[in-house]
Amino acid sequence: MSTIERDVLGRAELGRLVERREEELAQLRARLAEWEESYDDTPRRDGPFTTISGREIAPLYTRVDRDGADEDEAVGLPGSYPFTRGPYATMYRTRLWTMRQFAGFASAEETNERYHYLLDHGQTGLSVAFDFPTLMGFDSDHPRSLGEVGVCGVAISSLADMERLFEGIPLDKVSVSMTINGPAVILFCFYVAAAEKQGIDPTVLRGTVQNDILKEYQAQHAWVFPPEPALRCIVDMFEWCSEHTPSYNPISISGYHIREAGSTAGEELAFTLRNAFEYVERGIARGLDVDSFAPRLSFFFDVHNDFFEEIAKLRAARRIWARGMKERYGATNPDSWRLRTHCQTAGVSLTAQQAENNIVRVAYQAMAAALGGTQSLHTNSMDETLSLPTEKAVRIALRTQQILAFESGVSNTIDPLAGSYFVESLTDELEREALALFDEIDALGGVVPGIEQGWFQQQIAGSAMRQQREVESGERVVVGVNHFLEGSEKIEIDTLKIDPEVERMQVARMSAMRAERDEATVASTLSALTGACRGEQNVVPYILDCARCYCTLFEIRAAMEEVFGSYKEPVFF
Amino acid sequence: MSDERKIRILVAKPGLDGHDRGAKVIASAFRDAGFEVIYTGLHQTPEMIVAAAVQEDVDVVAMSVLSGAHMTLFPRVKKLLDEAGADQVLLTGGGIIPEDDVAELERRGIGRLFGPGTPTTTAIEYVNGWFAAQQTS
Amino acid sequence: MTAGRRAAGMVMTDAMADLLERFRDGQVPALARAISIVESERAGFQDLLHEVMARGPRAKRVGFTGPPGAGKSSLVAAAAATYRAAGEHIGVVAVDPTSPYSGGALLGDRIRMNDLATDAGIFIRSMATRGSLGGLATTTKEVADLMDGFGFDRLLVETVGVGQTELEITAAADTVVVVLVPESGDAIQAMKAGLMEIADVFVVNKADRPGSARLVKELRQALHLRAGSALKDIPAHHGVDLARIAKKEARNAAPPVSPADWAVPVLTTNALTQDGVPELLEAIDQHLTWLEHGGQLDVRRRDRARVRVRDVVARELSREAWKSEEVTAALDLGVDRISKGEETPYSVARGILASLLR
Repeated sequence: MSTIERDVLGRAELGRLVERREEELAQLRARLAEWEESYDDTPRRDGPFTTISGREIAPLYTRVDRDGADEDEAVGLPGSYPFTRGPYATMYRTRLWTMRQFAGFASAEETNERYHYLLDHGQTGLSVAFDFPTLMGFDSDHPRSLGEVGVCGVAISSLADMERLFEGIPLDKVSVSMTINGPAVILFCFYVAAAEKQGIDPTVLRGTVQNDILKEYQAQHAWVFPPEPALRCIVDMFEWCSEHTPSYNPISISGYHIREAGSTAGEELAFTLRNAFEYVERGIARGLDVDSFAPRLSFFFDVHNDFFEEIAKLRAARRIWARGMKERYGATNPDSWRLRTHCQTAGVSLTAQQAENNIVRVAYQAMAAALGGTQSLHTNSMDETLSLPTEKAVRIALRTQQILAFESGVSNTIDPLAGSYFVESLTDELEREALALFDEIDALGGVVPGIEQGWFQQQIAGSAMRQQREVESGERVVVGVNHFLEGSEKIEIDTLKIDPEVERMQVARMSAMRAERDEATVASTLSALTGACRGEQNVVPYILDCARCYCTLFEIRAAMEEVFGSYKEPVFF
Repeated sequence: MSDERKIRILVAKPGLDGHDRGAKVIASAFRDAGFEVIYTGLHQTPEMIVAAAVQEDVDVVAMSVLSGAHMTLFPRVKKLLDEAGADQVLLTGGGIIPEDDVAELERRGIGRLFGPGTPTTTAIEYVNGWFAAQQTS
Repeated sequence: MTAGRRAAGMVMTDAMADLLERFRDGQVPALARAISIVESERAGFQDLLHEVMARGPRAKRVGFTGPPGAGKSSLVAAAAATYRAAGEHIGVVAVDPTSPYSGGALLGDRIRMNDLATDAGIFIRSMATRGSLGGLATTTKEVADLMDGFGFDRLLVETVGVGQTELEITAAADTVVVVLVPESGDAIQAMKAGLMEIADVFVVNKADRPGSARLVKELRQALHLRAGSALKDIPAHHGVDLARIAKKEARNAAPPVSPADWAVPVLTTNALTQDGVPELLEAIDQHLTWLEHGGQLDVRRRDRARVRVRDVVARELSREAWKSEEVTAALDLGVDRISKGEETPYSVARGILASLLR
């Protein structure tokens, strides 16, 4: 058969296929119309048939909803563009998600003990929670830290604390994630210096520092410097890490806090991705090759109650990122297109009432994260609305992941919900919503002007208020809170309390540390850092020098603040 | 002369914790219930809160504390209020506060403290009730 | 008590006398409570004001007005910080809107002044408009009087900024700073909003944004136009004499002095970086000097006093009028008759007034 003959035959075949498809669709539409009639005629229970984000959900999805969509182009296969089905080709068949419980409290020693406990119980990565003074760049002995030292996380004020935190934990073997933003570059340098002390070459370090300042201004509010100098430090990290710690993620662009502050799923998706593209633009503006740093950009999403919406959100996130990176920013390395994410179950979804029910909520949310294709996961503890998590509650949370991974079967096949009329429609819809929000942000002049005008903050506060009203009116059922209450509930969950002694000990330890170090080196490295901030040098090596000679967090912050100034909360809501 | 006596309430977020969703929701809810709400923003020290409470002559100070520092922050603000002669001001609030701490703080003269999931209407009813009792006493 | 005070029919309760004593002793909580009493017009508030105002106005009063988002609070905060650094004692009144639906209000202006929150030399008070529409609360002027009586060197008054013309600020301040941003629109809109009449100083804030140079230029041209000097060489255009219109406008607006005497400056600032703030404060001081030396301060204060007396009389008359049962009965009856089409609101009002004046 000649090529032409084959072509003619092929075209005829194609024509017949198209005809058959149209015919089938027409039949489906006719049957659907009948179904709709019977649906309209049947009594229905009260809604709302909306997601927790207020999205209207249809009673039934069929092929008609996906008519015209190009499956190859929009969905494709796992591990290939546009990565809707997962960032890696083999996903959990090769490696399960990393079970990474966020932990940190009291002193570095006590947290170190908890880390050893978690590693012994099968956890595969560490995640450091810092106390509020550390998150805001204050030392444990600063007057503003009073009452908060070691309370909500571990207090780390210098390299000495960081060394104690990882004592006996080989930093070349365990990947460590650190949730810190405003002073992220400083804590990162403490970490690198601690690894050096263990005799480890920084090039082998694996892990992530959150370092996502934009969402701090928008939602989480642990900032130190104003946006422009803060963004400069982040790009300095991109640059330095790509050379010195190539396996380490210098940022985890986070929707989690945006969502916890009250946004909808669509807002979480859009704000996070738009922030991510902002970082990309900043890196490109610095003159960095996009493929030199983009592969190390990582993400962090919330997994809330609405099962399918959350799965669709993760799928849409991967597609938006891949398309943006390839088409808009010209990345050519597929690793730059691949969105890798950590997930955490939704802290705000937990209730103080009938707190054991939280185990169930967390389990469903964890399943959504796995079906959404996450790379690592933190499951919340049932008692987090009452106090810091106790050991027992943390263990149940970890076991929840293990049951999911080894008993439920969800990890056997890749992206099992692909092709579901509903999930694919929802994925498309979330993508469209995000792109529309991008346009709104662009109309404000971009991310930083939007922050300065309070736009993000107002969107988030507005959504939070709407959800609160739905719960208070009883329209949105929250089991144990506004429906299915128990008369006089006595909470019988042990709570964990931090001994105020931790603060006194930490303060004493700091003064001992200050007495031992070489003050002349401290002063000279700090002033060199201030000079670097004033100029255009990369600040990371300078901060690393400060870290190595035991300058404290606040001293380093102050040396930078001299040039950068500090950030002030801009607007009311 | 004026029949209507507006209740003025300071909603404050003390300490270094930046989680202000609860504070903002409660501030909006009090506004919608007809209160005059003074909102001072994040990262307030006890001294800042008390200075604002005095200058604004508020009836109520409501603090949101999720950071676990409640045993330091509530007593400190209470002490400074008393020292400033504002001992008639109701100090109340909410956050992640274990039950026995709530009881201990109430013993120390602090008003009711509300946990997560409390409907805003409960807090509003509480403050209204307290205010009415003040007016008649 | 002096004879004069007795003649005014003032009587002090013990509690009020005690408050006044603490107020005169410089106790901050007494000032705060006095403001609450005046703001809510609680019993005796007029007596309190009478006592406090007895020493006459002394503080320099600077008003800040402009559309929402112009950065008034940030500029007030920057100004307050500078004045404090110079050792002045500062009172700040910041007004936010009352929700017409709930009667509640969210007062958030203190956020921008957090750096000064524990400075004993500054007193910040947030007020809700409580239904007043002119950009201030009904009693903002009185609260400023209390602060003045307490002994502050300078008062900074910030209007609501909800977008409508906020002309009331002229009654509360010696110097009015109008704050605009490039996004506020063009000078024509500023003219329509009546801002040309009330501004003693124009500020274009957020001057790093696009459009600021254009707005500055337009404002300067418009001010020039108002002063009339730009028009004298321009022939009547399409039969309209612009110069004559400008002159007439200036007369109608009736500031006590011809605007030509004070050349309204148009300045640029960036409240975040503090750029231009020293120049703004310099202009405010120049305006105050001009007011004092030219005798205009006295004119403005006399004007304010006149307005205040008229206000108090009007308010008291109204209060007295509706106190009488006879009058409220006449009103009820009148409303019935209006609804039946037997009378109009005007005829009923005429009847009531006639009975009052008898």
